[in-house]
Amino acid sequence: MAKRLKTPLSEQDVRALDLGEIVYLDGVVMTGRDEVHLHALEYLEKGKALPVDFKGSALFHCGPIMRKVGEGWEVVAAGPTTSSRMNSLEPQFIEKFRPGAIIGKGGMSQPTIDAMKKHGCVYLAITGGAAVLAAKGLKSVRGVEWYELGMPEAIWVMDAENFGPLTVAIDAKGNSMFAAVASKVKENEQKARARLGLK
Amino acid sequence: MVTETDIQNATVELLRRTVVRLPPDVEAALRKAYEAETDEVPKMQLKAILDNIDMASEGNTPMCQDTGVPIFYVTLPRDCAVDVGKGIVDGVRLATKEVPLRPNGVHPLTRKNPGDNVGERMPYINWKVGDQDHIEISVMTKGAGSENMSQMAMLTPSQGLKGVKEFVLNTVLRAGSNPCPPTILGVGIGGSSDICMKLAKEALLRPIDVRHRDPEIAALETDLLEAVNMLGIGPMGLGGRTTTLGINVEYAYCHTASLPVGVNVQCWAGRHGTVRIQPDGKATFPSEEG
Repeated sequence: MAKRLKTPLSEQDVRALDLGEIVYLDGVVMTGRDEVHLHALEYLEKGKALPVDFKGSALFHCGPIMRKVGEGWEVVAAGPTTSSRMNSLEPQFIEKFRPGAIIGKGGMSQPTIDAMKKHGCVYLAITGGAAVLAAKGLKSVRGVEWYELGMPEAIWVMDAENFGPLTVAIDAKGNSMFAAVASKVKENEQKARARLGLK
Repeated sequence: MVTETDIQNATVELLRRTVVRLPPDVEAALRKAYEAETDEVPKMQLKAILDNIDMASEGNTPMCQDTGVPIFYVTLPRDCAVDVGKGIVDGVRLATKEVPLRPNGVHPLTRKNPGDNVGERMPYINWKVGDQDHIEISVMTKGAGSENMSQMAMLTPSQGLKGVKEFVLNTVLRAGSNPCPPTILGVGIGGSSDICMKLAKEALLRPIDVRHRDPEIAALETDLLEAVNMLGIGPMGLGGRTTTLGINVEYAYCHTASLPVGVNVQCWAGRHGTVRIQPDGKATFPSEEG
């Protein structure tokens, strides 16, 4: 059974999610990737206020294609980007800004898994490259911040409706589907090497 | 008489078709993979991919938000009088606005984004001259998630075929869940440090259901594919039978003291396309000629 959640996410909502559970989101979804992480942490260091509040938010690792329509914007394609690029900044980002969910693809490393457990955050995997399907759940664009970083790197604030399917791939209890797959892959490696005549 | 405007319009149409629809061999491989998976998790990932392909095609929308950086392969006729390079640059600018493509091109150090995918050596064009009377333009719109996982190595000749196999396997293991698997691998063996990487990317232009003309290379392609699919990385790295849809290998003679090898990792959205501009200026798409 799929679960439907609304942002902002409470710590209780987040901690109740189990690994492998399917989730659909309503409410606000914000994009943020490499430059947003760098800038947000830099703002914090300088004591400057951020243009958005990440607390309890669904932060989407995504650089969308947007089309200008009149004064506003329309989502054209919005699949996830590779989350591992944010590995080095995410633990600090979670600690300081307390998002409720990070949406992306490919998973994240152990320090992020630990930060998610400590502060109550989950990683929701969405199918990479399936950008039209993802855009279907992002109904409208509320606004854009830091547009000067370029279209892919800006913060896009969007209204989501039944956004998904999203898979709880890292829960707030320290479990990761990617880590489980990685240990199986390690076992399978011997078979693959044998198939190629390698020791 | 072919004009720059003909080239520009053909480039826009080529880019539009390439980012919206997958080549038939890649789509067929994804549908086969969906049938082959038995577990719920990989099946759901492949279902999302297949639904997305259909939605992109119905709405004439780019299937993935990462429409890559424009890399072209052009074959000119011997008597070409039109400035094809300028036509392509103008075409990229227009396509970025009209398709639309994501403005991905930035200065490598300042990270400044001009917003039109045009800049120093961008679009990048590989030139050839051929015996045909039309201008042929191919494009690969490859996302960065998979390109970032590509690797090359200067092996020693004593490492030989085993060394090559080991390097390909390690590249897939290192990439893991990151490049949007199921992937397609282009492998370039020999040449030099730059040539093996160029061959690895060009290998991706060949349909994945066509094996190399040299039976030994064809066997290497099949062996590598079987081995990689034993790893169980699966669609999106969440586990499953399909880690890679196809492996194409190309080779070139190299120095007796060298064994360069390059692996270009391509995501499931293996988008590339070709347009021919005939001497009367008309654009034709060989993928539709059958």
